[in-house]
Amino acid sequence: MSVTVRLFARLREIAGTDELSRPVGAPATVADVWQGMTGEWPALTPYAGSLSCAVNAQYARMTTAVQDGDEVAFLPPVSGG
Amino acid sequence: MLLPFAISADPLDLAGVLALAQHRHALQARRDDVEGPGAVVLFVGAVRGRHQGQEVRALTYEAYEPLAVGSFERISGEAAARVPGVVLCIHHRIGTLEVGEPSIVIAAVAAHRAEAYAASRFAIERVKQISPVWKREHLVDGLSWVEGATVDPDDPAPLEEAWRRACP
Repeated sequence: MSVTVRLFARLREIAGTDELSRPVGAPATVADVWQGMTGEWPALTPYAGSLSCAVNAQYARMTTAVQDGDEVAFLPPVSGG
Repeated sequence: MLLPFAISADPLDLAGVLALAQHRHALQARRDDVEGPGAVVLFVGAVRGRHQGQEVRALTYEAYEPLAVGSFERISGEAAARVPGVVLCIHHRIGTLEVGEPSIVIAAVAAHRAEAYAASRFAIERVKQISPVWKREHLVDGLSWVEGATVDPDDPAPLEEAWRRACP
């Protein structure tokens, strides 16, 4: 199956894109998707400790299960306001 | 037509957001047969020209729009759970903003001023904790990301901290 990954701020810069399609084996969690990302872009790895995530535009956890076609967003520390 | 919660690439409509919040409070108060809007607090965050000793020429904001709007709705619910009857409208701007330009507007409407002030302060603290919005500073020697809070909307500690700041 595959998921759409959304990246923001510095994560987007590291990967060089704000949206990409990623293959992932089933069953899978957000953590599995992240692991695939860090495998391809090792510079993402330091963000593991400060990372948040969302699935289909809902707050999620790294343990949240993902389904084929889901949109998985990785959120670095925020700075709105 | 303005929505109560929004991400906007256009300049923020401060008066429109204020009027919308006031209107929504009036409707809600009439429905619930309680006191109508007696206090309106408008918080406007603006681009500051200096940050941690460095000159800031502009800020560029980006957001994960659907989740950011959802976070504003969530914050509104969190505020209403602590300040019954309060109505919030929250708009955040994205794109590149010059010094002095409004980046966020929060209209908090309640029957009385203490409730409106508390909800307003609570809301901006929560936005900074959980809303997926990022800013990048345009400094004299280049661009610099600002990285603040790690988002965890279910963590009770920052939630309580935001409420503590709202009611000193």
